[in-house]
Amino acid sequence: MAVTDHSAAPDGRLASARAARGAEARRRRRLLLAPALIVIGIFGLFPLTISLIYSFLTPGTYGGVTWEFSTDAYVQFLFERDIFDDTLSFSSTYLQIYARSIGLALVATLGALILGFPTAYFIASKPREQRNFWLFLITLPFWTNLLIRTYAILLIIRDEGIINIGLMKAGVISDPLNILYTDTAVFIGLIYSYLPFMVLPLYASLEKLDFRMIEAAYDLYANRFQVLRRIIVPAAKPGIVAGCILVFIPGLGAYITPTLLGGGKELMIGNMIALQFGSSRNWPFGSAAALILMVVVMLALLVYVRNASREPVRHG
Amino acid sequence: MAESARKPRMKDLRRQPFFTEIAWACIFVLYAPILVLIIFSFNDNRSVVLWTEFSFRWYVEAFENEGIRKATIVSFQVAAVSTFFATIMATMAALATTRTPPFKGQTAAYAIINQPLMVPEIVTAVATLSFFAIIKRATGMTGIGYLMLAHTVFCIPFAYMPIRARLEDMNLTLEQAAADLYAPPFKVFRRVTLPLLLPGIVAGAMLAFVVSLDDVIITLLVAGPGETTLPIYILGQIRRGITPEINAVSTLLLGLSLVFVTLFFLLGRKRK
Repeated sequence: MAVTDHSAAPDGRLASARAARGAEARRRRRLLLAPALIVIGIFGLFPLTISLIYSFLTPGTYGGVTWEFSTDAYVQFLFERDIFDDTLSFSSTYLQIYARSIGLALVATLGALILGFPTAYFIASKPREQRNFWLFLITLPFWTNLLIRTYAILLIIRDEGIINIGLMKAGVISDPLNILYTDTAVFIGLIYSYLPFMVLPLYASLEKLDFRMIEAAYDLYANRFQVLRRIIVPAAKPGIVAGCILVFIPGLGAYITPTLLGGGKELMIGNMIALQFGSSRNWPFGSAAALILMVVVMLALLVYVRNASREPVRHG
Repeated sequence: MAESARKPRMKDLRRQPFFTEIAWACIFVLYAPILVLIIFSFNDNRSVVLWTEFSFRWYVEAFENEGIRKATIVSFQVAAVSTFFATIMATMAALATTRTPPFKGQTAAYAIINQPLMVPEIVTAVATLSFFAIIKRATGMTGIGYLMLAHTVFCIPFAYMPIRARLEDMNLTLEQAAADLYAPPFKVFRRVTLPLLLPGIVAGAMLAFVVSLDDVIITLLVAGPGETTLPIYILGQIRRGITPEINAVSTLLLGLSLVFVTLFFLLGRKRK
């Protein structure tokens, strides 16, 4: 079966053997790829179309849907229907949740950048053999359970938590700081959850930085800030974009963080969507909200892809 | 003057003001909450603030808790089954993308395999829930199979990544030598590729297992009654109020992930 090129067969036989091998390789590749692609295709991609269909149906009384066409799910985003006379009036409730989520995700992204950039630089400037250890230290928490890490944050920032008790014992404050169940708590939680996503791409960019450039800059009497602004930041730019996207996207769709730290009253898109499939029993609206979230995410990804494909041109 | 002013700077040209301090603060912030949780899970007192005495009390209570025991069993069943299938499919897909000549649609294949990573988890969760609701109504079939299937889907890309990385790093000479000696493709795979690939497969399986074990959002929406996994149980308990048993269980789950991921990194390091 596996004919090698070493055989001294005449040209025709060699060509046909090659063709046969090519067909065999294609067949094998199809067989090998099929299970993963079919499973993800049917149970990962196809359900998104179901969501699209659901978003144009009527909610069922006990959850689920009834198969009647309706655009109510999308209308509900912007308008409130009066219970008595069915008139529509503008309502910004859901727009506000989206705006809040985007705002929180952006601020958390910025916070992660401010913390992550120096960290990535710190690792990149370590001797080569130590870097893997530091990277491991940064990634390790990421692989542990997000729920438990968020719970750990909850334990230390709540009114009876170690921070408040500590500060009160030290006499810095007399009443506990109300952090838990506020936007601040969600902000802290988001940074904490996704910081590794920021550090890793930043490190990947900074690792390639030629530190002799910094030496050269100092020789030319640049000060530290100039070195940072003119050499380090430009070198890190692809990493900055990638890191920001990688923090922004999961931050925007976060569920656990706003649920535990926002206490459910400070809704973000993630728990608003889940709510529609739970106690609110409005699957069409939940589906529509999920699809709108996905569109926002796809737009963010598009920015990233365009930036990444432009990168090789912008060299040196 | 200028010379002597520049001298001390020569020692740490790479340094930027406060960067090292911020980096240390980051490491501290990443680990401090977890450490507090772990330490106080061994506290004899109910408090998560005031230390009284070292004790395994909450671990014992957690083990005796029927709900926790059941949830643990469900979690491991789901993780084991989905890891098994996801790893097999990921290995096959990785072989197809690295051991056959480049082909049209390769980018599309990558995109599909990585799809579960690109769509926000909450979107995947509600879409899967909607799809399963249709299947359930059409076939009348219920059971934990749905949850296992949902986990398998998002485990595939996690298993795929290290396996593909391993295949790309592997030297092709041995495989080519075997083929030159007229070993049929399957024999080449079984006797040469597979043994060399095994660390990659184990790493992929471990990653998939951890990801399945830790999943909250998809499980929360897709799991039926009686299919409560450990994270879902923990989430329910946290919402009801903080109990020391939850600290103990959380620490155990945390420890499990840490062990798996550390092993994963060690497996990856041997490659070099």
